[in-house]
Amino acid sequence: MSLIRMSSPHVYKSNTTSNVMRLVLIATLPGITALTVFFGWGTLIQILWAGVLALAFEATILKLRHRPPGLYLRDGSALVTALLLAVAIPPFAPWWVTAVGVFVAIVIAKQLYGGLGQNPFNPAMVAYALLLISFPVEMTRWTAPFALNGDGWPIASFVDTLGAIFGSAESLWYDSFTGATPLDELRHRGGLTTEEAWRQSQVLSVGIGAWYAVSAAWLMGGIFLLYRKIITWHAPLSMLLALMICAGMFYGFDPDNYASPFFHLGTGATMLAAFFIITDPVSSATSNRGRIIFGASIGILIFIIRTWGNYPDGVAFAVLLMNLAAPFIDLYSQPRSYGHTTANKGRGGKA
Amino acid sequence: MGKVFAFHGGIHPPENKKQSTRTPIRPAPLPKRLYLPLQQHIGTSASPLVNVGDRVLKGQMIAEPVGRISASLHAPTSGTIRSIGPHPVPHASGLESDCIVIDSDGLDEWEEHQGLEDYTSLKPGALIDHIRRCGIAGMGGAGFPTDVKLHLGDDHIVNTLIINAAECEPYITADDMLMRERADEILGGIRVISHLLKPSHIIIGIEDNKSHAIRTLRTALKECELNIDIRVVPTKYPSGGERQLIQLLTGLEVPSGKIPADIGIVCQNIGTTAAIYRAVHFGEPLISRIVTVTGDAVAQPQNLEALIGTPFADLLDAAHVYEDRLYRLVMGGPMMGMTVEHDQIPVIKTTNCIIAASRDEMPPAPPEQPCIRCNMCEQVCPVTLLPQQLYWFAKGREFDKAKHHNLFDCIECGACAYVCPSSIPLVQYYRFAKSEIRTEEAEQHKADHARERFEARQARLEREQEEKEARRKARAEEAARAQKARKAEPADTPTAAPALDINALKTAAAVARTKLKKAQKALNTARESGEGDLPALEAAVAAAQGSSDQAQHALEQANSSTASGITANVDLKQLKTAAAVARTKLKKARDALKNAEDKGLEGLDKLRATVTTLEQKAEAADQAHQQAEQAATPADNTPPTDLKALKQQVSIMRTKLKKAEAALANLEGEARTQAEQALTELRQRHAAADQAFKAAEQMQIEAAAAQGVDLKKLKVDAAMARAAVTKLERALGKTEDEQERTALESQLVTARDKAEQLNTTLQQHAPD
Amino acid sequence: MSTVITAILILFGLAVVFGIILGYASVRFRVEGNPIVEQIDALLPQTQCGQCGYPGCRPYAEAIANGDAINKCPPGGQSTIESLADLLDVEAIPLDAEHGEEKPKMIAFIREDECIGCTKCIQACPVDAILGAAKQMHTVITDECTGCDLCVEPCPVDCIDMIPVETTITNWKWPAPTESRNLIATDRGRGLQQEAH
Repeated sequence: MSLIRMSSPHVYKSNTTSNVMRLVLIATLPGITALTVFFGWGTLIQILWAGVLALAFEATILKLRHRPPGLYLRDGSALVTALLLAVAIPPFAPWWVTAVGVFVAIVIAKQLYGGLGQNPFNPAMVAYALLLISFPVEMTRWTAPFALNGDGWPIASFVDTLGAIFGSAESLWYDSFTGATPLDELRHRGGLTTEEAWRQSQVLSVGIGAWYAVSAAWLMGGIFLLYRKIITWHAPLSMLLALMICAGMFYGFDPDNYASPFFHLGTGATMLAAFFIITDPVSSATSNRGRIIFGASIGILIFIIRTWGNYPDGVAFAVLLMNLAAPFIDLYSQPRSYGHTTANKGRGGKA
Repeated sequence: MGKVFAFHGGIHPPENKKQSTRTPIRPAPLPKRLYLPLQQHIGTSASPLVNVGDRVLKGQMIAEPVGRISASLHAPTSGTIRSIGPHPVPHASGLESDCIVIDSDGLDEWEEHQGLEDYTSLKPGALIDHIRRCGIAGMGGAGFPTDVKLHLGDDHIVNTLIINAAECEPYITADDMLMRERADEILGGIRVISHLLKPSHIIIGIEDNKSHAIRTLRTALKECELNIDIRVVPTKYPSGGERQLIQLLTGLEVPSGKIPADIGIVCQNIGTTAAIYRAVHFGEPLISRIVTVTGDAVAQPQNLEALIGTPFADLLDAAHVYEDRLYRLVMGGPMMGMTVEHDQIPVIKTTNCIIAASRDEMPPAPPEQPCIRCNMCEQVCPVTLLPQQLYWFAKGREFDKAKHHNLFDCIECGACAYVCPSSIPLVQYYRFAKSEIRTEEAEQHKADHARERFEARQARLEREQEEKEARRKARAEEAARAQKARKAEPADTPTAAPALDINALKTAAAVARTKLKKAQKALNTARESGEGDLPALEAAVAAAQGSSDQAQHALEQANSSTASGITANVDLKQLKTAAAVARTKLKKARDALKNAEDKGLEGLDKLRATVTTLEQKAEAADQAHQQAEQAATPADNTPPTDLKALKQQVSIMRTKLKKAEAALANLEGEARTQAEQALTELRQRHAAADQAFKAAEQMQIEAAAAQGVDLKKLKVDAAMARAAVTKLERALGKTEDEQERTALESQLVTARDKAEQLNTTLQQHAPD
Repeated sequence: MSTVITAILILFGLAVVFGIILGYASVRFRVEGNPIVEQIDALLPQTQCGQCGYPGCRPYAEAIANGDAINKCPPGGQSTIESLADLLDVEAIPLDAEHGEEKPKMIAFIREDECIGCTKCIQACPVDAILGAAKQMHTVITDECTGCDLCVEPCPVDCIDMIPVETTITNWKWPAPTESRNLIATDRGRGLQQEAH
């Protein structure tokens, strides 16, 4: 009789990394749909383009590192990274911007650190930050929501969008379809008060609804992930709360110069970050307590960068800064174990 | 119904319990051969009481416990001992261990046994001894000897007795079926335990998926006088873990590294209670248990009452195993159980379940993927550890960090590995890390021990070397001095040595006594605290005792020899002074006393006591003085020419010298220097006495020479002849050759004759 | 003028304050470090076997403290080298084969019916782990034996064997999980190549 010997447990929950990644991909569907509806085909094209590039880069690097590409490609983590990057960059960004971004995300930020599970920074955010710094013009030219383009649904056609991304469209064409984001508008409002800027800017007074809708769609996806227990509430909730409290405090004291908390939650990448980016387990803090600290710090940093920083949205920088701090948070946020009166601190052993 | 608390984490694996509860418990068929591992419990292995070939009866003790944490072993059926030796046992290593193998004779003949008539009238100790003799060990999984737990009432206040009936592992239904069918036995067992531990309340913790068992227990409880609370806890693995169940039922946490009794709780498995009942009421030792035989590879999953030692194969046959489907054989549950590779592995006291799993049921684990730090393991950990951090540390062999992250609080429940999306065998990483740490600690301990021994040896060798050197030097000096003394003035024998000698010896004795006291004190502290190396301390005390005795002895000898001594005059002087001093002191004290009495001062009693003591002392000193005077007088009169007396003196001196040397070897430090001084003086005295003796002898020899016989030569000849005889005798003893033997024998006869002759001559001339 | 004096006074005051703080800190937070030799000695396996070329572990520890190589201890093996490298903050180097190879843990065993009772092994044993007297059979106290094999050489009748410590269920260790072959096979191969260089 040939029986096998192995360590317990002998049963496993059918729950694999690729399952987790698949669920994350599914959870992004509402957000992608909303982006497509309000901002045109650009997002979908970017996602497809980034996805193809990500798989290609990942496969190449795995080959170079003598790893079996099939096994690793199936875990879907490259696709998730590509998708998060693709929804973060402007829908009309030229193809090479996406290509550079995906290369940085997959090759530099992920594989050079040792692949899945080893990267200290969120790959999508590393790529986004790099693109934002290197190509500020391309990266801040966001598509105007269709509501600003007249009646009906006059977004750029699929072919036009394809042309805009891969070919070279006239700058006039761009002008008719692109504009600043609400955060941008508010950031560069000159000497106006928030109220005045709001009334003057089309993007804010008319187009804001599109942004709110997209945020709501991301929130839906996030709730789905929470429901499926893919993510825990700790980081998202603490981040949103921290952002809300900060914004609320300043708005309460000085509504003329600061945006409302609701505006902060509903625009920019806030919801995307809360449920899809800071919940990236690899680069975030480990324990529940740690994730609360991690999330809250990101919320505060986002508010600070948005309000006083040079860039209109600070999600990428906030996340990267806190990625940097995550190992340290881990050391001081260990849970209290059963039978211990206090939680351990520090790393223990020889430093 | 009391409150039910919650513990962190936990999982809900598929239960798979229904399959094996369809039929009632059935006795397993009597196996032909039984294998009884000597170690089925936590603690020391039992030691066999039987020999190969012995016939044993059912219930007969075949191995006895060794030490406090151990359990005895009984023959599960009648038969003959076939062998005692290694056989595969249920252990994660798959290694073999010593087992008693019994060939059953099919008669199943019981040894005479009977229960205790009224256990309540017995002393608790006797009752627990009875349970220990019945070999009962925890039947839940760990196999901790039950009697040790029952003794917990002696040094702990036990408030709560928890009966663990949670049975949270999937597949297992042994306790469930036991409760359904033998609730009365369970209650009987609880009664015994509560009689011993006297808890203020008793809680039975049971998962809510056993509604049948809960009903049965509730019905049985109606007629029970005990204050038993059945608490139904939600089904969540691992609610049956001892610490988790305690948290569920009481909200308390057992502190890390402590046992439940430290917070007033004792936990017993429900199966153990039934075993206690049978042991107390029928005198039946633990020789059988209920085993769930289940899994997709058996046709009739069911619970069997199997004898301990029954090979798994017999039970699988009884449940109609499909050999071709069998892929993995697990003893215990699917979460914490161990795989066995051999179907001749026997049922032991902790075997609650055998799962014969097919490949579909328990497929091989998918390949391990990188950890994505998804935190799912942390969400389910019942101990609130950070499993993924522990995993990184174990994998990177950073064991001290793993320890800092409370690795040793991990109960290896497997919940983390169950949910891990990357299929990482987390539990095995923890087990690996734990055993590495334990080995490392043991090795460190051994290295420290070796270092200690090595250093002790080095010190000893050095000391020996030094001693040798010192002896050599002393001998050289002594020889030189003797030469000088002989040249100068051979008559000047006695010196002021003895006084010094005695003082030195006195100091030595005092030092030795202090040392002894210190050692005893250390030993006592160690005994009280139960720490430290007791045998080593005991040895140290013994050694100190020895050296103290020796020093004392040497001192006494020296004292007595002085009293009767050759050199009492100096001593005499001293004694005189001592007596005078004592008298003065006494006088002073008396004056003080009188003064005090006049003035009615405080501390009168004390003064009086002092005076009395001083009086005694003075008297003693006086007496000693007088005695010494008397002794000194005859000693001085001893004629120095009496050869025999001289010789005696010399030999006495030699013994003293030797004794002093021996005492010296045991001394150290200052005492040693003093003793060494004394020794040198003794040596001098010895040399002098020797000289006197030799001079006298010389005179005698000269006298003999006048008679024409060279005494010295005669003596040497005699000694040589004696040596020759001894030599021949030895040669004779060794040789086997017949011829040689005869030759030797004749030689021996001649040699003996010669030796005798010489001896007689010698005695005539020197009749000592 | 007065500003200069003020400045000097302030600087002086600051110097005093910081001096006090530093002085206090140096006393309060003094690191009571073991002398390095002790620390090294604590890491060595204490077999006292002398395979390193020094008469015992402590002399070797002293030698290491004075700059000798850390890879001369076969009984400690690679793990000792690593912990020494860790302690001394130098690179871990492979074991120097000149001094022997890393062998499984052994203990000495005396074939007792062949022993003639010469006491030579007793004198060789660095930890007094052999029991016996002249013309009496000797035996090894297994718990004390460090497996240094110093007793093997002196035995005139070659009745001492070094036997590997047997694995039983009491001293069995859980092995590290075997990682799936296809994941790290290449790394393992590469590691071996590097070692070969």
